Amino acid sequence: MGFLSNVVNGISLGSVYAIIALGYTMVYGIAKMLNFAHGDVIMVGGYLSFISMVYLGLHPVFAVLIAICGCTVLGILIERLAYKPLREASSLDVLITAIGVSYLLQNLALLIWKSDPKVYPSVIQAEPLRFFEGQLIISPVSLVTVLVNILIMVGLTLFTTRTRMGKAMRACSEDKGAAQLMGIDVDKTISLTFAIGSGLAAIAGVLLCSAYPTLMPTTGSMPGIKAFTAAVVGGIGSIPGALLGGLLLGVAEIFAKAYISTQFSDAIVFAVLIIVLLVRPSGLLGKPVNVKV
Amino acid sequence: MNRMNHMSRRTFLRMGSLIGASTLLSACNGSSNDASQADEGTAETGAASFKIGHIGPLTGGAAIYGTATNNGAQIAIDEINAEGGAIQFAFNSQDDEHDAEKSVNAYNNLKDWGMQVLVGTTTTTPCVAVSAETNADRIFQLTPSASSVNVLGGEEIGASGPRKDNVFQMCFTDPNQGTASAQYISEQKLGTKIAIIYNNADAYSTGIYNTFMEKAAELNLDVVAETTFTDDTATDFSVQVSAAKDSGADLLFLPIYYQPASLILAEASKQAYAPLFFGVDGMDGILTMEGFDASLAEGVILLTPFVANADDPKTQGFVSKYQDLYGDVPNQFAADAYDCIYAIKAALEAAGSTPDQSAEEICEALIAAITTITFDGITGTGVTWASTGEVSKSPKGMVIKEGAYVAM
Repeated sequence: MGFLSNVVNGISLGSVYAIIALGYTMVYGIAKMLNFAHGDVIMVGGYLSFISMVYLGLHPVFAVLIAICGCTVLGILIERLAYKPLREASSLDVLITAIGVSYLLQNLALLIWKSDPKVYPSVIQAEPLRFFEGQLIISPVSLVTVLVNILIMVGLTLFTTRTRMGKAMRACSEDKGAAQLMGIDVDKTISLTFAIGSGLAAIAGVLLCSAYPTLMPTTGSMPGIKAFTAAVVGGIGSIPGALLGGLLLGVAEIFAKAYISTQFSDAIVFAVLIIVLLVRPSGLLGKPVNVKV
Repeated sequence: MNRMNHMSRRTFLRMGSLIGASTLLSACNGSSNDASQADEGTAETGAASFKIGHIGPLTGGAAIYGTATNNGAQIAIDEINAEGGAIQFAFNSQDDEHDAEKSVNAYNNLKDWGMQVLVGTTTTTPCVAVSAETNADRIFQLTPSASSVNVLGGEEIGASGPRKDNVFQMCFTDPNQGTASAQYISEQKLGTKIAIIYNNADAYSTGIYNTFMEKAAELNLDVVAETTFTDDTATDFSVQVSAAKDSGADLLFLPIYYQPASLILAEASKQAYAPLFFGVDGMDGILTMEGFDASLAEGVILLTPFVANADDPKTQGFVSKYQDLYGDVPNQFAADAYDCIYAIKAALEAAGSTPDQSAEEICEALIAAITTITFDGITGTGVTWASTGEVSKSPKGMVIKEGAYVAM
């Protein structure tokens, strides 16, 4: 039974990583940049929904909607102000800028919301499900997180394969220059990618804080880095890869804690990253890059 | 073209993980940020006053502690100055953002101002750096809350360097808390099987854990489960809580700060695990966390020197003043800083120092005087100091009942 409940705990943690990883992978897949500020947009999403629920007394559904709208606007703003001027610059410059944005968001949050942690009221108010006389407990937040993950994954896949905008995104990801020649507005497409990525970050923020209910200006940074690891393990740029990588990482972390040592769990998780990258440099579901000479 | 893409993608990823790792590292180093250097509250009260400096994190991730010590000290200073007695204070408070380097800079600013006694620094890491400076410059230092033995120095108490004879503490040292907790649990027969969850990346938490284990072995307490976490894994506690639950522990000792503790309490409630929770002074603050469901903390016991709802007039006066001025219930840090100022006043009176003396003269006089006085404050009565710099006061066992601390 201990094993089963560790699996369940691993999946709950992994599904939170996965939902963050989806945002990373989405932006990387299309704009070819690592948006290290993603974790901090998640934190902003957490605060926006917290304020809506606790201070304004709104229903959780509206709180989630406000968080999504707020983060989408924030994402567009960040993209317009920080990343767009660097469209022609090297990828390293953009990466450094993303780290700068990450610190900016964290410190702005410190100024606005102060450093003392807040306890987040879960958006899903339901009793946990108990099986086998209460030995196996599944929290409703985990169920919802897994479900939302699958919905987002299917939604994103349909969007990028079936719609005109989605096809334009994939075209940009394959070859920006050629896409532009075919009449695709590359700038607008990349902005849209950021908008969607940030909207996803808001959902991730709400679910992260509902599952692990404290909210601080640094709430998003460590899960953000772990989720980035998950995206790389799964194959960054691959949407199902993000889900697979997230779940794998979550289960690995819980198993490492439960069966090896609580002291080494992070070392083990990052060792998994190194091993996967040694064996499959493009990640589990990443497209292997053919080298033509 | 393809080759180029291939190359750039791989280097890009590699750089990505490198930078990821460095972000990770900097995340481990605690929060330091580049916020403003403002908040230099200065209050001159004429020529014949002692110049008291204060250093603590007024901005940044640890601002909750620095703001508390700053406010607590300010209240005591204002009270003493308003009384208009023989001893008057000028107060200058500086921000260090919980960063050792910035703390030393703040200290140098205060030295330029002419500081004669330092109340600070609030947090441990900066305090270790600053106490080395005050020791060399011969400026008397009383820290409200930096609890590591390395702040004081001295091999006899387990510090890594020699004793800095000008540095004293208002709070318990970390080892004292571990010993006191084990003793209290054993004396009051609070638990037969003990589980521990501690932060093995934090000097405060491991310090308490180590001495707790020593004392527990001595008292034959049965420790059945020990698990750890770090600041980076302080999200999911399902494994740690179920390890404690599976071991059948009836007391869960939490020598950690309140933020992870709140997650552990929530997880335990989810797993329907209800042992006796036993915390240390880092647990103080859990009830003032915004949105915290106080029913989770029902029955939690903690050892702390200060409780805001104690009914002695001194504490009540301090708490109501603090609430009027800053809108919050003061925590233990504020109370310690408040006591620091009064303890310095008492020591100055005992030493017969005058404001026209140099910082060095005052320092030597206070070193001799502080070990002779017995001080009654809001964090303890009959408080004394040893020449090791450690304070002697008895921690009070408090239990949380219906969202408030009640003395046991």
